Amino acid sequence: MTGAQLPAQLPVRLSINGLVVEAAAEATLLQAIRSAGLQVPTLCHLDGLTPVGACRLCLVVIEGHPKLEPACVTAVADGMVVHTHTPELDTYRRMAVELFFAEGNHVCAVCVANGACELQAVAVEVGMDHSRFPYQYPRRQVDASHPLFSLDHHRCILCTRCVRVCDEIEAAHVWDVGYRGSSCSIIAGLDQPWGEVAACTNCGKCVDVCPTGALFRKEDGSGEKQPHPERAQQLVEARTEHHWHNQ
Amino acid sequence: MGVSWRCCDATACRAAGGAALRQRLEAEVGADRVKPVGCLRLCGMGPLAAADHADGSTELVGGVAGERRLDLAHPFFLLQRSVVLERCGLVNPNSIEDAIAQGAYAALDRCRQLAPQAVIEQVERSGLRGRGGAGYPTGRKWQLVAAQASPTRAVVCNADEGDPGAFMDRAVLEGDPHRLLEGMAIAAHAVGAAEAFIYVRAEYALAIERLRTAIAAAEARGVLAGLPIQLRIGAGAYVCGEETALLHSIEGGRGTPRPRPPYPAVSGLWGLPTLINNVETFAAVPAILREGGDWYAAMGTATSKGTKVFALSGAIPHTGLIEVEMGTSLRTIVEAMGQSPPGQVKAVQTGGPSGGCVPAALLDTPVDYESLQSLGSIMGSGGMVVIDGAMAMPELARYFMRFCVDESCGKCLPCRAGTVQLAQLLDRFVERRATAADLVQLEQLCGMVKATSLCGLGQSAPNPVLSTLRFFRAEYEAAIAGPIAAPIAAPIAP
Repeated sequence: MTGAQLPAQLPVRLSINGLVVEAAAEATLLQAIRSAGLQVPTLCHLDGLTPVGACRLCLVVIEGHPKLEPACVTAVADGMVVHTHTPELDTYRRMAVELFFAEGNHVCAVCVANGACELQAVAVEVGMDHSRFPYQYPRRQVDASHPLFSLDHHRCILCTRCVRVCDEIEAAHVWDVGYRGSSCSIIAGLDQPWGEVAACTNCGKCVDVCPTGALFRKEDGSGEKQPHPERAQQLVEARTEHHWHNQ
Repeated sequence: MGVSWRCCDATACRAAGGAALRQRLEAEVGADRVKPVGCLRLCGMGPLAAADHADGSTELVGGVAGERRLDLAHPFFLLQRSVVLERCGLVNPNSIEDAIAQGAYAALDRCRQLAPQAVIEQVERSGLRGRGGAGYPTGRKWQLVAAQASPTRAVVCNADEGDPGAFMDRAVLEGDPHRLLEGMAIAAHAVGAAEAFIYVRAEYALAIERLRTAIAAAEARGVLAGLPIQLRIGAGAYVCGEETALLHSIEGGRGTPRPRPPYPAVSGLWGLPTLINNVETFAAVPAILREGGDWYAAMGTATSKGTKVFALSGAIPHTGLIEVEMGTSLRTIVEAMGQSPPGQVKAVQTGGPSGGCVPAALLDTPVDYESLQSLGSIMGSGGMVVIDGAMAMPELARYFMRFCVDESCGKCLPCRAGTVQLAQLLDRFVERRATAADLVQLEQLCGMVKATSLCGLGQSAPNPVLSTLRFFRAEYEAAIAGPIAAPIAAPIAP
């Protein structure tokens, strides 16, 4: 049967940090970087979900491009010369992580996700131990109206993974983004308490993919959250390739 | 035959008491000899009315009682070159008959006899560049959309004019809406589009009313040859002037930008190849097709062809709407046309929250895309605000930064959180409690927000800061020294 399939497009060759890397023609730059064993930080990106290019941590230098490009949404091209770590990029990434910490209320010591938090991991990766920008201490809400889960907006970084997993994989579209600018927040239903939104199937996928302690199970205390960001990709593979991870 | 009057019935003159002036004139000469028209240019002296005498002479008066006689031989009028605005102020915007009598839709009729490629060729020859601010060559964009393999395409007009101090597109919409419809229909023919949308901001109530009237009249007369032009009204988000956010908004989604590529020319409205131009760009097209691309290209500079409409405002005697050839110097605009006494101008702000300030010492700069960009400002959509010595530059920068804080959609981090921090840093300079470290951080964060934001709003939000830092750095440094009695604004360079 395989003989009937169309031949795949030829792979492309590109240079990443001086390494010659081969990647599938339809791959994104982020896929090429990671398949080469290299690292670039990400927060909004999650394998299995549509990329949005919002956190700006995966910006890279591509020679000949006038602007920095987000690796998560940029297609590879033959002959591309890419740099994932330059002094400029390192500076910008650290500043970005500082801005994330300064705009919310992130207190690791009392957080359910302490030790399993992607924001915390990125801060360690870029060497951010404090923010040089003043902390904004915003007054935000905690939505504990759902019987199983809670949403603590203080810890939300607006990556929109919950919005996308609920829309694209669970097809319930409980979540969306409301308001704008620094007043943006994740909203349930028509900006209702989560527990009142009948569309919620209680599946917990949003909690699984949340990179911080914003979405969590009610039984979890400090440092007890066990996120499962890999589940988005597993579900996509199960559906498209009929490959089940529990078999 | 006596005198007949053209009475400005656009927003600025309405606000200044245009209705009272019109009633007065109607009582004097009879309602049938008073015609409502669009902008008569010198908005600051409004309400305005123009008298056309039987001997062919014209005079302009201003004031509710028509008490000010205005000199039409003043450089403010003489140095204008009306192309986009050629019928604005002459035609009744609510009358398609009047518009057709003055030449509307004639270029469209001729274009229909031409192959689409021949139409695009004229636009390419004209050298017209996008008047929304970015200056992308219009003909190349049309070519790109036409070249896409798709059974159909869409044409979208960006009428979400939102820069503070910008009212060029409003003047076209209120004064000569049929010119926009004609330009869009020509574009639809050229790129092979079967549907068209105008995205107009809700704040432009009169423009929306005139567009509705114009579209209904044009459809009733069949001049658009079946091209449906639909209006979409914005909901008060500046970011929806960014093309991908605008498309999301038309589709009914949240008005947030997305990374490009794909560009709308390849994948736009509902995935269709989509041509997006702003009002002034489309409005230049009928004249280009009527007179030929070479005629248009003969005006302006080597890389910036044709004419540009500017909204002139701020600390200047003559404020209003001007259309001048590209390459006209800022000094000509500000001192000759705007009648600003020499030495009174501190800077000219162009490009709104995405632009910057050109200091008085560089007023001889010609107005074209490259010259303004080389000074750290931008052409922008055409807002031109004259700043005098009373304005401290950190405060001006903070005004625009707060605007960006309010208008950031919140999707990407640098714009959402970075502009907030920048505005707070600028507070320290305005309130004269900054430190040397604040200045370092201000410049670093400006660089970061500019280099890493997702869309044009964030990428250009630091420009007003960077531009004033470049030319008025002393004012920022003075704010570090601590409170002193002297005014923060630096004296104007001679």
